[in-house]
Amino acid sequence: MEKIKVKICQGTTCFVMGGSVTKAIQDVLAEKYADTVEILPVRCLEACHENDSFSQAPYIYIDDEIVPSATVEKVISIIESKLKHD
Amino acid sequence: MTNAPEIETKKLKREILIRLIKAFMSDNFEENVRLIPYDMRPKGSEVPFRCCIYKERAILRSRTIAGLGFAMEEDDERTLLSDFAKRALERKQPESEPLTVLQNACKGCPSARVFVTELCQNCVAKPCMKACNFGAIRNNGKRSIIDEEKCKKCGMCMNACPYHAIVKTVVPCEEACPVGAIAKGEDGFAHIDKEKCISCGKCVSACPFGATHAKSQVIDVLSKIKQGKEVIAMFAPALVGHLPCSAEQFIEAFKKVGFSDVYEVAQGADTTIQVEAHDLAERLEQGAPFMTTSCCAAYNELIKKHIPEIKPYVSDAHTPLYYTAEIVKKEHPNAETVFISPCFAKRKEALDNPNVNNVLNFEELGAIFIAFGIEVDTCESKEYKFKSSKEARDFPLSGGVARSVQAAWKGDPDALKPGIINGLTKATVRDLKMYAKTGKCPLGNLIEVMSCEGGCIAGNAGLNTVKMALKKVTDYSAQSYSLKDTK
Repeated sequence: MEKIKVKICQGTTCFVMGGSVTKAIQDVLAEKYADTVEILPVRCLEACHENDSFSQAPYIYIDDEIVPSATVEKVISIIESKLKHD
Repeated sequence: MTNAPEIETKKLKREILIRLIKAFMSDNFEENVRLIPYDMRPKGSEVPFRCCIYKERAILRSRTIAGLGFAMEEDDERTLLSDFAKRALERKQPESEPLTVLQNACKGCPSARVFVTELCQNCVAKPCMKACNFGAIRNNGKRSIIDEEKCKKCGMCMNACPYHAIVKTVVPCEEACPVGAIAKGEDGFAHIDKEKCISCGKCVSACPFGATHAKSQVIDVLSKIKQGKEVIAMFAPALVGHLPCSAEQFIEAFKKVGFSDVYEVAQGADTTIQVEAHDLAERLEQGAPFMTTSCCAAYNELIKKHIPEIKPYVSDAHTPLYYTAEIVKKEHPNAETVFISPCFAKRKEALDNPNVNNVLNFEELGAIFIAFGIEVDTCESKEYKFKSSKEARDFPLSGGVARSVQAAWKGDPDALKPGIINGLTKATVRDLKMYAKTGKCPLGNLIEVMSCEGGCIAGNAGLNTVKMALKKVTDYSAQSYSLKDTK
């Protein structure tokens, strides 16, 4: 089975608005989902550049889906539903 | 310490700063500032935190006032935000007190009290009643009850209960303040007593409503840059741990904002280290029992306002910021200097030092980079003119200052006994008073004092987790030479 790709933004906006959150997400994924999820730290993918969209940072990208205002709970729930679906 | 509950309040404060800076960069600053609460909570939008959209906007309006650098307490609630924005542009000097309390975000938490919960088993022994020295506990036949009038909140009953059925509630800001400077007034809302406040910022991190704010100088700094002045950034070594890029990339990142040059405050730390090591050697030779460090701004305020008797035991060395600013002003006599700081207390230090014109904290710097659209990790790497030592770059770590003096120590290594006060609390403040009074310190003879637990990397305006910041700072300092090798 192909792993779920989770891109974790290392850009300035996501770091300032929620660096501790993205770090927590990365830690949880590495610890609990190592077999099913591939973590890819990425540079800014510019979801934060439109008008007021900076306020929705941090962003996480799960396969083709953009997750705004990312939290550990949100990301896990999306991954869990993807795993069930497969 | 950076932890989860404060993320929401920190995000709110940062979002306001970003919007303020964007407004400043627009062609209609005043009007766009006025609109900030409406842009953040437009008609029909969700109401995430408060009772209604109007209260949300009222609170965002107050937070914007702090972002503009004014005291929220002095707001008459009828002045337009656009008028505050105009006044911010006209301001020549930042306000003297760094912190301000937003009273309409301050919930007026219930006063601290000790309370018997329904978990009371109405036991036969009644250890709670026996433990109380004030006769404040009675029993109504079903459970123990505390008489609020008589209770001294000592917590003896709480410790005595074998069921842990008695709890003590606290007011988070009062609990966090090491010097009793913030307290609920008769109106039920928190007030800061500026005669007592040491600007440590612990209340800012402690309040789950985000009611305490720093008065920002972001508009003051950006105005100077816009006017074409020569503005120089001097960054605290802790910054290395709090941006998603390398220290060598800071120079270009700052220049994109409009700063003309960038200095590491670690450069001044190298002077502090030498002066402090020399100072200690002299004092020990003259028979002094101990010496404390002198670089933490909140500790220096504590000495001034609460423990003047400890002054004879405090090193005469100036802070790294002091020496760095002196160098910068010598090299650039017409420059405006801006200290980039993880902490709020440094604003107080800057007010007393004509060589430091403004202070921005890490959150404000982060907001500037976002508003300017600067991706720091894509900036070009450049070398600093002055290469600071490993020890100077480790200054923001708990134990880092003591270790630096040890590294520069020229005397008998066994004569030096470092001790560390890692964080100012009510208890450590009591300890310091005791050391001053008795002229003895059981911790050692070189006492490093830092207000924030973990050191400056754990400052109240930090952006990263302390653990990650620690790793980045030590990775960076490891690239530099050690003072141990240059003795």
